[in-house]
Amino acid sequence: MSAAAPGTSKAAHGDVAGKKKKGPGALATAYLVIYNVVMTAGWLVIAVGLVRAYLARGSYHGLYYSIEKPLKFFQTGALLEIVHCAVGIVPSSVVLTGFQVMSRVFLTWAVTHSVREVQSEDSVLLFVSAWTITEIIRYSFYTFSLLNHLPYLIKWARYTFFFALYPMGVTGELLTIYAALPFVQKTGLYSVTLPNKYNFSFDYYSFLIIVMISYIPLFPQLYFHMIRQRKKVLGHAEDYSKVE
Amino acid sequence: MKHYEVEILDAKTKDKLCFLDKVEPNATIGEIKSMFHKSHPQWYPTRQSIRLDAKGKSLKDEDVLQHLPVGTTATFYFRDLGAQISWVTVFLTEYTGPLVLYLMFYFRVPFIYASKYDFSTSKHWVVHLACMCHSFHFLKRNLETLFVHRFSHGTMPLRNIFKNCTYYWGFAAWMAYYINHPLYTPPIYGEQQIRLALILFLFCQIGNFSIHIALRNLRPPGSKTRKIPYPTKNPFTWIFVLVSCPNYTYELGSWLGFTLMTQCLPVAFFTLVGFIQMTVWAKGKHRSYLKEFRDYPPLRSPILPFIL
Repeated sequence: MSAAAPGTSKAAHGDVAGKKKKGPGALATAYLVIYNVVMTAGWLVIAVGLVRAYLARGSYHGLYYSIEKPLKFFQTGALLEIVHCAVGIVPSSVVLTGFQVMSRVFLTWAVTHSVREVQSEDSVLLFVSAWTITEIIRYSFYTFSLLNHLPYLIKWARYTFFFALYPMGVTGELLTIYAALPFVQKTGLYSVTLPNKYNFSFDYYSFLIIVMISYIPLFPQLYFHMIRQRKKVLGHAEDYSKVE
Repeated sequence: MKHYEVEILDAKTKDKLCFLDKVEPNATIGEIKSMFHKSHPQWYPTRQSIRLDAKGKSLKDEDVLQHLPVGTTATFYFRDLGAQISWVTVFLTEYTGPLVLYLMFYFRVPFIYASKYDFSTSKHWVVHLACMCHSFHFLKRNLETLFVHRFSHGTMPLRNIFKNCTYYWGFAAWMAYYINHPLYTPPIYGEQQIRLALILFLFCQIGNFSIHIALRNLRPPGSKTRKIPYPTKNPFTWIFVLVSCPNYTYELGSWLGFTLMTQCLPVAFFTLVGFIQMTVWAKGKHRSYLKEFRDYPPLRSPILPFIL
């Protein structure tokens, strides 16, 4: 599920109340611009990699292998965003960001990487494409916002493409987890059985099923949150945000 | 005696909800809440938040009208805190769940383990000991709720009971499942480990109880006064020298003992999560003490001596 973190804080104009939350300083802003540019570039590399592999092979199947390494690198790199929130240079919630990044990292490593047999599934291409387009737009959105030069097109794209990309990504993710199930059950991957000296057990197969079920309450909430954000951001292009 | 007029507005919509005339100057906010309740029976006093500012802090029930910064026509803002439930009810419910659930696993009630184990007993004596300790702990908590604790707030929001019960009942079931499992593995270092764990557990249970008694004695019955706790004649309270919330320190100790006794990873998780939550509470309490009392002993840490 793609991250839907709200935009960065606006630059403070003149000192208002002394207790105002300070936005990122100049150094933090510079770092964040570099971070977001690098991430935009990274996901562009993945996009280009997918297209080139498709043109070379002439088919949609098995494209995962051509972008496996940059996908792992840049998706895992997103863990830094949790640190950004924790440190305070980005105004989003640590818990929300953590959850969103961890779900991506989980799918990348604990499902796709760990269960080799699903790597050739088309569902992988489905969610990788959704993630790629989403992330290119999202990271360029942040880059431009930080530089205070956000083209309306990017803002529009960020709050409009998700209509299709979210369901696309979720479908790809669910199908991939589903495809992994029989192999997890057969090999007992990441599972611990009794008896053992820690008196603990874990059934990864059941865990994956619970993860799939959790999409049912979670996905609509995130989806409708984005729809509400869209109304707020695109709806009042001229108003300043209401003081609550 | 000059009487006051009190008008109560909705904090969000600013609608006039209630107008009270001929209010005594020495009326308390608590009494005003009762009067407001008469005109709006669905908002019983414990779910009323009355403030001077629509977005300000809630006034206390003990605050007296004439001592507040208001004119003879006082305007207050009201916010509905939502359905409330008493602390006693929440505590009793959240603690009785683990008590009952653990025993169901201990007695191997059907449908938990394979049917050939129904109503069987574990062959490991540590499992019986663990059941006694766990049951004692939650029985103690219930008795303290009924007879020892003096609560500052009467109530909390209703949704808390679902949240709290999920936490306590969920963890209790998870722990009890493994400890009472037919394939349970007793502690590696056997009797030595269990004995040490039991001593630690009992020591901390007594310690925790001592602190609860000491805190109770700081506060006269029916009051909400707050005082700095100090060590008493009871040696278990001497830890107050180093720690603001030793009840949490002892609670951590008890669960470390239980973890050691059962050598069960889920118990370790429960201990860890509880420790994190208690640390948050201890830091908050420590901060309140520092804010309220100028002469608060500087040597004290919130929960772990010198460390945290």
